[in-house]
Amino acid sequence: MKTSKISQVLTYLILFIVAGIFLVPFYIALAASLRPFTEVSVSRMWELPSRISFEGFIQAFKKLSPNILNSFVLTVPATIISSFIGSINGYAFSKLKFRYSNVFFALILFGMFIPYQSIIFPLIRFLQSIGIYGSITALIMVHVIYGIPITTLIFRNYYDEIPNELIEASSIDGAGFMDTYARVLLPISVPGFVVVAIWQFTNIWNEFLFAVTVTNNPSQQPITVALVNLAGSQVVQWNVQMAGALIAALPTLLVYIFLGKYFIKGLLAGSVKG
Amino acid sequence: MAVQKKKSLVGFAIVLPSIVLAAVFIYYFIFWTLKVSFSNWDSFSALMKGEYTFVGFSNYIKLFSDWRFQKDLWNTLFFTLFFILGCISLGILLASLIDKGLKGSKIFQNIYLFPMALSFVVTGTVWRWIFAPGTVRDPAGINLLMSKIGLGALQWGWFTSKDSLGNFNFALIPVIIAAVWQMSGYVMAMYLAGLRGISEDIIEAARVDGATSNRIFWKIKMPLLQPITLSAMIILGHVSLKIFDLIYSMTGSGINNVTDMPSIYMYELTFRSNRYASGSAVSIIMLIMVAVIIVPYLYSSFRKGHDI
Repeated sequence: MKTSKISQVLTYLILFIVAGIFLVPFYIALAASLRPFTEVSVSRMWELPSRISFEGFIQAFKKLSPNILNSFVLTVPATIISSFIGSINGYAFSKLKFRYSNVFFALILFGMFIPYQSIIFPLIRFLQSIGIYGSITALIMVHVIYGIPITTLIFRNYYDEIPNELIEASSIDGAGFMDTYARVLLPISVPGFVVVAIWQFTNIWNEFLFAVTVTNNPSQQPITVALVNLAGSQVVQWNVQMAGALIAALPTLLVYIFLGKYFIKGLLAGSVKG
Repeated sequence: MAVQKKKSLVGFAIVLPSIVLAAVFIYYFIFWTLKVSFSNWDSFSALMKGEYTFVGFSNYIKLFSDWRFQKDLWNTLFFTLFFILGCISLGILLASLIDKGLKGSKIFQNIYLFPMALSFVVTGTVWRWIFAPGTVRDPAGINLLMSKIGLGALQWGWFTSKDSLGNFNFALIPVIIAAVWQMSGYVMAMYLAGLRGISEDIIEAARVDGATSNRIFWKIKMPLLQPITLSAMIILGHVSLKIFDLIYSMTGSGINNVTDMPSIYMYELTFRSNRYASGSAVSIIMLIMVAVIIVPYLYSSFRKGHDI
C-alpha cells in the first residue's frame, strides 16, 4: 500500500520541524563560537555573526588543549585494554561455559548499572592507599575495571552468534582453547572490536563523575571537567564557552559521523535484544 | 568427558580475574560504603581518627527528615516520570515516521541520534546558555527569542524559576527538555531495530486484509514492540535515577534546591562538606532505587535465557 500524498507531506513536515528543533543547540553553539569578541552581546545570540571569527575557538583551545591531551591519554589505553578484556571474557562466557557461569556473568553485569556514587568513597580511599589517587593512571585503571561489564556483554553477544561448530572443528585439530581464540575467534572479531572500542571511547571521553572525583589536580583533569570549569567561570566570554563545548564534543561527534553504524550497534548492544 | 571438563576449567580461569575485580570493586566497595553509612564518619576529623562507631540507621533517619533530601526525592520522581514519558513518546513518534521509509529518512535518523554521541556535560553547557532567562529588561536565550516573535508575555525564569505545582518544581522543565533532547533518539533507534525485526509476512497478511499502514503500525507493530518499551523504560529509568553530569553542568542544585538531585547532594556532602557518612547513605539509597528496577530485569532475562 502506498502512503498517500498528504500523509507524505505531513510526515516530512514533522520530520523537518523536529530536526530543526534538534539542531537548535548546535546552531546556537556554532553561531556563538564563530562570533568576534566585539559582537559578544546576549541580545544577538540568535543571529548569525556578521563575520566569521575564530577568536573564540583559539581562546578555548588555548585553555583546553592540555585537558584534551589528558582525555586522549586516558581514553585510548583504557579503551584498548577494556576491549581486550571484554573479548576474552566474552569468549569464555559464550563458548567455554562452566557451572554457574550465567550467575557469575549476571553478577559482573550488575556493575554496569550501579550508581558509581555507591563505590566512589571506598574507591578513592583505595586509590589513595596505593598512591595513585589524582593521576591519569588511576583514571585509566578505574575505566578499565568498570568497563569490564559492558565490554564483556557486547562480546559475549557477538560470540553467541558464531556457530559452536567453528570452535569445535578447531579443537578437534588439537588446538588448545587459547589457540582457538587466537586463531579462529580473534580474526573474525574485528567488527566486534570496532563496536566495543567506539562505545568505550565515547563513554570514557564523555564521562564526568570519575573524572571530577578521581583527579583533583587541574593539570590531570580530562576535558569534561575542564569544560565545566570553563563554563562555570564568570570571566570567560560565552563565545569561548560555546567554542569549548564544541571542541569537547568534536572527537565523539567525528566518531559518530564516520562510524555511526557501529556506534548505533554499540548503543543497542548496550541495551537489550527484546 | 575430559574435554568438557577442561573446557569449563579454562573458561573459569579466563574470567576469574574479572570475577575477583567485580567482587572487590563492586561488591566489597558497596559493602564498604554501606558500612560508612552506618558510621559516625561525618567529618574529616572523625574519618582521620579512624575509630569506627556504629550508629545504626541514624544517618538515614536524619536524611529522610532533611528537607533538601526530601526535595531531591520529589525532583527525582518528577524528572524520571517526565523524562521517560518524553523520550518514549518522541521515540515512538520518530520511529514511526522514519519507518515509513521516505526518501532522506536516514538523514533525519542521524540528526535525531547525534545528541547521544555528546556528553551530558556538553549538553548541559549549551542548554544552560539557551535557557538562561536573562532579565526582564534584557532577556536572554529562549526568552529573547520569544520576545522577538511577539510571545514576550510567555517569558519566565526557566531553571531559575521558584514556581511549583505541588512538589513539582517548574525549574526542572528545561532540564527535562535537555535530557529528552539527548536521549529520545536512542529510544527511536531501539524501536527502529525492533521494527526491522518484525516479519514481513504478518504485515503482508494485514495488508491483504485491507489494513491501513497507520492501523498496521498501532495495532500490529506496536504490540509486538512491548518488550522494547519495557527495556527503554528500564534503561531510561536507571539513567535518570543516577542523573548527575547534566544537572551539575546545567543548573547545579538551583535556587532553593529546585533542581537538586540525590547525586548532587551526595557529591556536595562527600566532597565539599566531608560528611562521608551522610554522603554514603545517600549513595546507598540511590543504589537501592536503581537495584529495584535492575535486579528483577537481570533476573528475568537470565531465567528466560534471553540475551541481555
